[in-house]
Amino acid sequence: MHEPSRPRPPLPGQEHFVADVAGTPLQTTDRLDESAPPTSLWVDAWHQLRRRPLFLVSALLILLIVAVSLFPQLFTSQEPRSCNLADSLAAGRAGHPFGFDLQGCDVYARVVHGARASVLVGIFTTLGVVLVGGTVGALAGFYGGWIDAVLSRVADVFFAIPLVLGSIVVMQSVSERTPLTVAVALVVFGWPQVARIMRGAVLSVRQAEFITASRALGASSRSTLLRHAVPNALGPVIVIATISLGIFIATEATLSFLGIGLPPTTVSWGGDISQAQRSLRTQPAVLLYPAGALSLTVLSFIMLGDAVRDALDPKGRAR
Amino acid sequence: MVWYVGRRLLQMVPVFLGATLLIYSMVFLLPGDPVAALFGDRAVSPGVAARIREQYNLDEPFVVQYLLYLKGVLTLDFGTSFSGRPVLEVMQQAFPVTARLALIALTVEAVLGIGAGLLAGLRRGGVFDSTVLVVSLVVIAVPIFVIGFVAQFVIGLELGLLSPTVGADQSWGDLLLPGLVLGSTSFAYVLRLTRNSVAENLTADHVRTATAKGLSRPRVVGVHVLRNSLIPVVTFLGTDLGTLMAGAIVTEGIFNVRGVGGTLYQAIIRTEGSTVVSFVTVLVMVYLLSNLVVDLLYAVLDPRIRYA
Repeated sequence: MHEPSRPRPPLPGQEHFVADVAGTPLQTTDRLDESAPPTSLWVDAWHQLRRRPLFLVSALLILLIVAVSLFPQLFTSQEPRSCNLADSLAAGRAGHPFGFDLQGCDVYARVVHGARASVLVGIFTTLGVVLVGGTVGALAGFYGGWIDAVLSRVADVFFAIPLVLGSIVVMQSVSERTPLTVAVALVVFGWPQVARIMRGAVLSVRQAEFITASRALGASSRSTLLRHAVPNALGPVIVIATISLGIFIATEATLSFLGIGLPPTTVSWGGDISQAQRSLRTQPAVLLYPAGALSLTVLSFIMLGDAVRDALDPKGRAR
Repeated sequence: MVWYVGRRLLQMVPVFLGATLLIYSMVFLLPGDPVAALFGDRAVSPGVAARIREQYNLDEPFVVQYLLYLKGVLTLDFGTSFSGRPVLEVMQQAFPVTARLALIALTVEAVLGIGAGLLAGLRRGGVFDSTVLVVSLVVIAVPIFVIGFVAQFVIGLELGLLSPTVGADQSWGDLLLPGLVLGSTSFAYVLRLTRNSVAENLTADHVRTATAKGLSRPRVVGVHVLRNSLIPVVTFLGTDLGTLMAGAIVTEGIFNVRGVGGTLYQAIIRTEGSTVVSFVTVLVMVYLLSNLVVDLLYAVLDPRIRYA
């Protein structure tokens, strides 16, 4: 019988040459440094963030603002409420760098002591909004169907009423005006935005392989949602929460400015700006200091949010 | 198209009912007695209070009050304010002014925002881009009442370029400065949105194809880049109209405009329920309708979107 002639295997260097296993040890082709700690999206983002000047500047400013609001006595020895009418609208002098307002109060002391109210409202509101909006959004995005339909319509209803307008109505009916009640008023109409973003993020990870894997392994849908879907959808929520913190501080100042936010007994930037408008033409500096502090605070949170957004976006990181 | 609009209008009904019910219950169920508020510090005689309650349906159960109110809205009968004027008349006076104010703001933010955003996006990383980004961040961060005071002080009083307050006739010229102030924050948002969107679209495949087949630069930028970049911007502008009309509370206060914001704020403070609810109802309608217009504009901007 005639043996069918088999083609000779190609030699090294020839086309279609395949080296045998001994010639291509796996370690060389598939090398992985196992001693390096595993990195996650968050660790990568942190490494990225640490080098960004935008992040460093905004983080330092926020640390400073938090320190001022925690320990205002460290930054000024003056009492914000002990005012002497003889000093009304007086210019700055030693120990009183920013001068005095219409009531003769030390402007610098009031700016320092006003930080606490703003920061408290910002933090309370953001926590509330993330808690309420995040829960609603995660449930709507993960379960879909009628749950999504109902929750999304409810969010639409609250979204249709502008934030400032809705909070004025709530504030009008509360008997006690504290940072906490202002925060509650802002949460009532502020949560739908977070809910929409959380819903979108959960929707986009719902089809991912690790969700299918978690289900196939027999995890309950609740633990799949909490342990896999939500942590992977948190990125956009953190970004919007950081930026919103600044926006909520500005909204609180707007409410206090309108006279329906924090009461005049609480030292706050919004209230001080509202008081200062009466002396705007004679002594504009009285208005500019609390306004500057407020703007700087809002700006820091917006910049921090921008930096975090860039760091969490792998597409932007490659560039 | 007609079917699509019809379906969307039907979908608005539950949101409209929900939003009016929400504001209605907040105004009328929350603590605070409107009749007592009407009289301020003076005591109310029980007979007068009872008559006022009857006149404004305040003695009916809450659900009946709400349904009566809805019936009124459908027949354009918004009730009377506590000062005795029909709410419809109050609205006819306030809304045109604020609509003009919002129109100025919207035009300014659309034209300037898209223009500057386009220029910045085309030369990303350039001097103009960097400057504009910093300026827009500052505009977003500075609260609108500070912008208002500074603009009134510098542009209106020191330089005398524009009228610092609005006169009794509420003319377009007088409304220019408040309109600019009202639109300033949104202008910054529009600018940033346009800039990011343009920069992203510049690297898209269809733009490369358009350049490769020899189209002129203005045509590539105008038709292929800008048109596709406008979708997020138009979405923002659409939802912004409602915010502008309600957000005018602060601006109108500073510039002495007698529009929706001022009237609404006074009504809330005096717990004048019928006026508050009626104004918010119209604002919600404006919000929902402008969202519909935005959705229809999508089809104009992106030929892939067609509404059957």
